[in-house]
Amino acid sequence: MKEFLLIFRREAALKDSQLSPEQMQSMMKPWQDWIGSIAAQNKLTSPGNRLDSEGRVVKPNNIITNGPYAEIKEAIGGYIIVKAGSLDEATALAKDCPIFSVGGSVEVRCIVPMEETN
Amino acid sequence: MQEQELIPHLFRTEYRKIISVLCKHFGMEHLEMTEDMVSDTFLLAAETWGLKGLPKNPTGWLYTVSKNKILDVLKHDKLFQQKIVPELMHDQTGIIEKEIDWSVQNINDSQLQMMFAICHPCISAEAQIGLALNILCGFGVEEIADAFLSNKETIYKRLARAKEKLKSEKIKIELPAQKEINQRLETVLTTLYLLFSEGYYSTSQNTTLRQELCVEAMRLNLMLIQNQLTNIPSANALMSLMCFHSSRFDARINSNGEIVLYEDQDENLWNRELIQNGEYYLNQASTGKSLSKFHLEAAIAYWHTQKKETKEKWENILQLYNRLLQIEYSPMAALNRTYALSKANGKADAIKEAEKLNLSENHLYHSLLGNLYTGIDNTKAINHLQTALSLAKTSADKSVLASNIAALKTEIEK
Repeated sequence: MKEFLLIFRREAALKDSQLSPEQMQSMMKPWQDWIGSIAAQNKLTSPGNRLDSEGRVVKPNNIITNGPYAEIKEAIGGYIIVKAGSLDEATALAKDCPIFSVGGSVEVRCIVPMEETN
Repeated sequence: MQEQELIPHLFRTEYRKIISVLCKHFGMEHLEMTEDMVSDTFLLAAETWGLKGLPKNPTGWLYTVSKNKILDVLKHDKLFQQKIVPELMHDQTGIIEKEIDWSVQNINDSQLQMMFAICHPCISAEAQIGLALNILCGFGVEEIADAFLSNKETIYKRLARAKEKLKSEKIKIELPAQKEINQRLETVLTTLYLLFSEGYYSTSQNTTLRQELCVEAMRLNLMLIQNQLTNIPSANALMSLMCFHSSRFDARINSNGEIVLYEDQDENLWNRELIQNGEYYLNQASTGKSLSKFHLEAAIAYWHTQKKETKEKWENILQLYNRLLQIEYSPMAALNRTYALSKANGKADAIKEAEKLNLSENHLYHSLLGNLYTGIDNTKAINHLQTALSLAKTSADKSVLASNIAALKTEIEK
């Protein structure tokens, strides 16, 4: 079993703060059902975190900008870590991700285990 | 209380108190001897109380006779006499002269401390449950073997090894340091949870014994809640879970000792008082920041006390299982989550999800698929139920499955 990071990207302009509690609730259900499905297959390593839309980017020479949005249209909205036998299997898990309903995408990346980094 | 009922009753209530107090006083190294002497004391009570009449204070009699028997052994123990007694004579706190503290406070403290000693991380989980049953609940090797569906030799060896470990690791009968207490409590709570589950889900035919395991787990849990240091939210959550589950004890087994499925249970047999207690402890558990798996399981059990089938009920149960599985995977939770999914999102969704579970060796997996396919594809449903039947181990499971298959076959022939 290998571990894979699933990174969720979505349109940078979309802000959670603009959503009503009811909208938040109805947004949460597909996410919880999807993560619950991965967990029920015993393939969830970490439920990860959601990220706030606010952020900073620090560059060499002490250049700090607000958020990564100036240059790219999509921002990272969150991540989870899954375990799967192969990249294909991890990709299959990502296919039902609710991010697609808001036009976002999932990046699937294999995590290199500690001992193999040397 | 009649005398023939009095001794078993006192055995259940006093055995662990006497063991805990005396073991704390004389030291863990004398654990087995203490157990033997306390058992001898109860035997003596059974032999003499009937003939000579009840002592004025039966509990006090048990305390004094047990203590004297241990002192007798210690005095006749050569090594103890030659090596330890001379030292004790100089020591103001010598255990021989020192009065034993039988105050309610010390009795309670000693039991709680014994619980922590037994659930020490150096002891394996299954040995912890065995020790808890043996030392804190006064269960004999045979009863424990019956509860674990194991044999006496295995249990005997397991207990002996664990007791040896308690001695060799010099485990003290005391509460852990304040900063360790929460972490150590987790092990204690897990042991109580397993103890309860052993009674609730055991396939042992002995219903009375199984119910007693549950009652004992609740008694020990209550002790944690009654002590300020150990009264943490997850202990209350576990207590709530146990109350909700045991409220259905009478409804889930019929007069032939067979399992009655949740859907077929007579609601009037549910114990209202236990349900109310469960709600009380769930409220008590709703403080603090941490959400343990006991909180989630208690909340799931709460929704099961609501017999009315509503969309809200199953949606809540589904979301609780989603979160529970994120904390800890178990095949049982995965199957129950899929059942809740069928109720909340429909059978089509649930079938798709069930087929991803990779639990084809589990008879409950095939029972679930049999249930989900019923009414959609009855032939497939029968196939799954037949696979379940071939994998099922207990006669109770087999008879439920066989009758489901027969019912579906009649349905098809119509």
